[in-house]
Amino acid sequence: MPLDKPYRDIPGTTIFDADQSRLGYWLNQFCMSLMSAANRTRFKTDERAYLDEWPMSEAQKQAVLDRDLNRCIALGGNIYFLAKIGATDGRSFQQMAGSMTGMSEEAYRDMMVRGGRAIEGNRYLSDWQDRPPGKETE
Amino acid sequence: MMARITASVFTSHVPAIGAAMDLGKTREPYWQPLFAGYEPGRAWLRERRPDVVFLIYNDHANAFSLDLIPTFAIGTAARYEIADEGWGPRPVPAVQGHPELAAHIAQSVIQEDFDLTLVNRMSVDHGLTVPLSLMCGQPPADDFRWPFAVIPFAVNVVQYPVPSGRRCFALGQAIRRAVESFGQDLDVQVWGTGGMSHQLQGPRAGLINRAWDNAFLDRLIADPAGLAQVPHVEYVREAGSEGIELVMWLIARAAMADVAGGAAPRVAQRFYHVPASNTAVGHLILEET
Repeated sequence: MPLDKPYRDIPGTTIFDADQSRLGYWLNQFCMSLMSAANRTRFKTDERAYLDEWPMSEAQKQAVLDRDLNRCIALGGNIYFLAKIGATDGRSFQQMAGSMTGMSEEAYRDMMVRGGRAIEGNRYLSDWQDRPPGKETE
Repeated sequence: MMARITASVFTSHVPAIGAAMDLGKTREPYWQPLFAGYEPGRAWLRERRPDVVFLIYNDHANAFSLDLIPTFAIGTAARYEIADEGWGPRPVPAVQGHPELAAHIAQSVIQEDFDLTLVNRMSVDHGLTVPLSLMCGQPPADDFRWPFAVIPFAVNVVQYPVPSGRRCFALGQAIRRAVESFGQDLDVQVWGTGGMSHQLQGPRAGLINRAWDNAFLDRLIADPAGLAQVPHVEYVREAGSEGIELVMWLIARAAMADVAGGAAPRVAQRFYHVPASNTAVGHLILEET
């Protein structure tokens, strides 16, 4: 029997469940390795060579190289693990979160100061108002 | 004399709050209203300093990777180092544990059928240290330690399945029975941390739900058993993917006397502020009467 996933109709949201975790195991474990300063240095010196030491898919490696966090999450990454890449790059959680919304860093920060993204129109896929351009099928 | 629970404290544990304190930004206009909301709590805590804080939080891929994912993990060590989360460890004191009380709670609740993981070595991340910083401030250099022992209690709210609100509530009740059967004269506070509404991932990142958060606070005070029946999907839909952290507040709330048939607690502080970085911050102090 497949996993029960009552959260699949929530827009713009990926739940880190067992299926995602299995898909992203090595991507997330690569991220954990960046908690060591020596590994951060090796990664920054030659990102591609460092990634090639891990049994990740090519798509996962490319998503990391592109710093495409939405793609990383679709491929099994979890934000708390991916935050290690952000820390390596010197980026804050707010910069990382904002980068996934299609908004500029400034526009995202301003939205948060004004009280954040509204819940109205963001509960169900069927009434999703903040759907970014090009996401009509998700 | 036996140990007793004197109060529960609830607070968000946003990493940027720790960074603001560590970098001396607490008086900046962005942060000043948030820290002002914790001044009453700091004054309250100085008057009612406990011997031990049982601190419920979640690890954020620091002590636990995908190698090992305990649903409920109790720290039974004498000392916990501060985690390097990738930005370097926060410049705060290491945490002193209370191994005897922790071992007693573990024995008591495991024999009541809650399958805890025992942890003798782990670092603690912002989930644990930011609540300490918010409530205690930065300890002075000439007495660089936290003013009480801490038992870390880590809950998995990162990889699903995460425990239900109902399970968290029942666990909190068992923790109360465990503390009250410990034969030492100790004042114990139970702190529940995380939340409130926030989402750190995907196109819906930045979600805040002020009405839902405040209804959660209302029900946490007045109807915690009813609140414990709320399913995960409602937390995620209404309070964002990381809003699920709020199930941890139910553990602390269930450890209060009224849930065991005693008197209702006094609300010593209630505070709500948006934003801290991506997150709605909630804070509550419930004192036994």
